[in-house]
Amino acid sequence: MSDSERPSAVRLWFSPRRLRAEGSTPDYRFSLANERTFLAWVRTALALVGGGIAADQFLDDMNAPTRTAIAAVLLAGGAFCAVRAVNHWIRCERAMRRGEDLPESRFPGLLAVGTAVAAVVLIVAVLVGTGG
Amino acid sequence: MSDARDPAAQPERTRFAWRRTTLAFAVVVVLEMRRLLLDGGSARGYAGLSLALCTWLVFLAAGQRRITRLAGTAPAAMGQGLALGAGLCVVALATSAAVLLF
Repeated sequence: MSDSERPSAVRLWFSPRRLRAEGSTPDYRFSLANERTFLAWVRTALALVGGGIAADQFLDDMNAPTRTAIAAVLLAGGAFCAVRAVNHWIRCERAMRRGEDLPESRFPGLLAVGTAVAAVVLIVAVLVGTGG
Repeated sequence: MSDARDPAAQPERTRFAWRRTTLAFAVVVVLEMRRLLLDGGSARGYAGLSLALCTWLVFLAAGQRRITRLAGTAPAAMGQGLALGAGLCVVALATSAAVLLF
């Protein structure tokens, strides 16, 4: 199949029939595992949203613009993570139907690095904030 | 339920995954509630919290519906509508938090 014949994953979001037309139905256990991975990503997104609210509530020593910026980044990150979870779920489902390799993704690595960097920045900000 | 029991307990594990995700969702709503109570509610704050509560109810109902479908043997895969709806619920929750906080 040429690449031009492949509907984009985003188009599959809204078209159950198009997804079911792809390949054959995999073992239901694989689909359920994919569903649980999706839910794990949803929880990651929820943790980011919760982190945004918590940052706004608990970083009271910090100046308001910085605190708001941190909260906004976390909330936006959570929303993005949720949308990306839907897209990744559908791409995995399609790959399984077609018997292809599961899609690769840089996102987990990026999120891990982003979280680590954000944690270090926050630690420094909190220490400097309470010291000064 | 049929006689053939899935050795890996896949439907049960998926059911629990829905349950704990709904629970995590509720925790975020409670965080929003805490913030609103501590700040002495504003109209904007109540609007944000109402949106959060509504999305949580939608998520709860969607998860509940999915769980009933998981009951049989070899349940069908989750539909796109559900995945998209669940994702949008989280986006709406993030929006409600933004309304409440900023």
